[in-house]
Amino acid sequence: MRNIVTQMMMPHRLVMAALALAGLVAMALTMQWDWLPENLPRLWDGLLMTLAMLAASVAAGFVLALPLALFQVMGPRPLRWLSLGFCTLIRGTPLLLQLWLFYFGLGALFAQFPEIRDSWAWPYLRQAWPYGFLALTLSFAAYQGEVMRGAFTGVPHGELEAARAMGMSPWLVFRRVWFPRALHRALPTLTGEIILQLKSTPLLATITVTDLYAVITRIRQTTLLTYEPLLLLVAVYLCLSGILILGLRWLENRVPTGR
Amino acid sequence: MDDKPAIRIRDLHKRFGDLEVLKGVSLTAHPGDVIAIIGGSGSGKSTLLRCINMLEHPSAGEIAIQGETYRMRPTRDGSLEPADRRQVQRIRAQLGMVFQNFNLWPHRTVLENVTEAPIHVLGQPRAQAIVRARQVLDRVGLGDKADAHPVRLSGGQQQRAAIARVLAVDPLAMLFDEPTSALDPELVGEVLGVIRDLAREGRTMILVTHEMAFARDVANRVIYLRDGRIEEEGTPEQLFGDPQSPHLKQFIRSVM
Repeated sequence: MRNIVTQMMMPHRLVMAALALAGLVAMALTMQWDWLPENLPRLWDGLLMTLAMLAASVAAGFVLALPLALFQVMGPRPLRWLSLGFCTLIRGTPLLLQLWLFYFGLGALFAQFPEIRDSWAWPYLRQAWPYGFLALTLSFAAYQGEVMRGAFTGVPHGELEAARAMGMSPWLVFRRVWFPRALHRALPTLTGEIILQLKSTPLLATITVTDLYAVITRIRQTTLLTYEPLLLLVAVYLCLSGILILGLRWLENRVPTGR
Repeated sequence: MDDKPAIRIRDLHKRFGDLEVLKGVSLTAHPGDVIAIIGGSGSGKSTLLRCINMLEHPSAGEIAIQGETYRMRPTRDGSLEPADRRQVQRIRAQLGMVFQNFNLWPHRTVLENVTEAPIHVLGQPRAQAIVRARQVLDRVGLGDKADAHPVRLSGGQQQRAAIARVLAVDPLAMLFDEPTSALDPELVGEVLGVIRDLAREGRTMILVTHEMAFARDVANRVIYLRDGRIEEEGTPEQLFGDPQSPHLKQFIRSVM
């Protein structure tokens, strides 16, 4: 904890904080913020939706990224090609396109089948967020799969050999040495990927998911204000990125590996 | 003592593609034996050691640890592979290997490195494993480094931690693969000191080493490996004092 405090007190951070504070004061004094109190509940709901989509897609995407990475590292050839193909396809196309393909394509396709329309899943499938979740998850999985592939290959062979030589089963080697080591190596990149994922969530607004960005857009339409809502949006995203960066860096620093 | 040999190797061959690095090696280590394997680079000594715990799969031949022979099955390319993974894991858990590059797990503290196998492989209770780990760390002189991460240690300390990690499982035999070759010269002594103490204690050891004076000092048997075969073996006095083969004579002259 003290580490983080000293980091916050570095000169360039202090300057940045002072500038931000001055900006905030200027904004509060010169701009129009009377719309804020009445819209707070909606903003809160939007923030929760953004955070839920971020957390869920990062978690699910990461789980999916592990097999994608492992198949590429040590899978039989067909699986290796399949994972490589998936990662290349997803990483090579815009997320916006994927979102629309899932929402307008898959959503419309599902609606044509009475079996699906009558099933328990339909109340969910007729909403927008499952398609958003799916697209965000697959996208995160593809990028993170690539990162984890590199991380898995980068763990020194000798460390795994030492684990095997102690009589560990392949699963135990994976659970106790290979995976934690790869994860730790991937953490800096993972931080970046999560921030990128946060910044991808506004795309959800294009398929009618009411995330924070969608709420702000609606506020702009009703209040006819151009800048104030957008500035609030900037502030919230900056805060979220900051919290994520600090938290993940703390995790990273818990293990000194002298990398 | 048990009358079964701790390690018995019979007519071991190992082939990497077209290159045959072991061409029929037989070797028996009885409990308490300290066997030093010497030889030039490429003589197959590390490969031989790594076959003992199946880090390398022999192409032909037989290896038994305390009377239990590894069950092998032929592979498609005419070599062998272990037929029973669980047997390999069980036997490995009784053999401790110390590597040239230490191979400690950097994401765990020294203590966690040492308790890892006792807890997760042998299934010992954590409290018991920690008590034992502190004992072995004291033995190798690292009692005060238990909570440090490996990167904070010197090479010599890391290698001693690696030896403690192996000692914690109380192995039937210890395999040393050039344990001082990656160390700065001034750090070699502390590691050799620990190994020497273990040898005096009566631990069964197979030691691949370039430290001839040390081999002469601690081993009760020395094996000179050349070109995949045992060219000469005997007591340290015989091998270093009165070498027979011209190659060994030349080898000893070049390294001592």
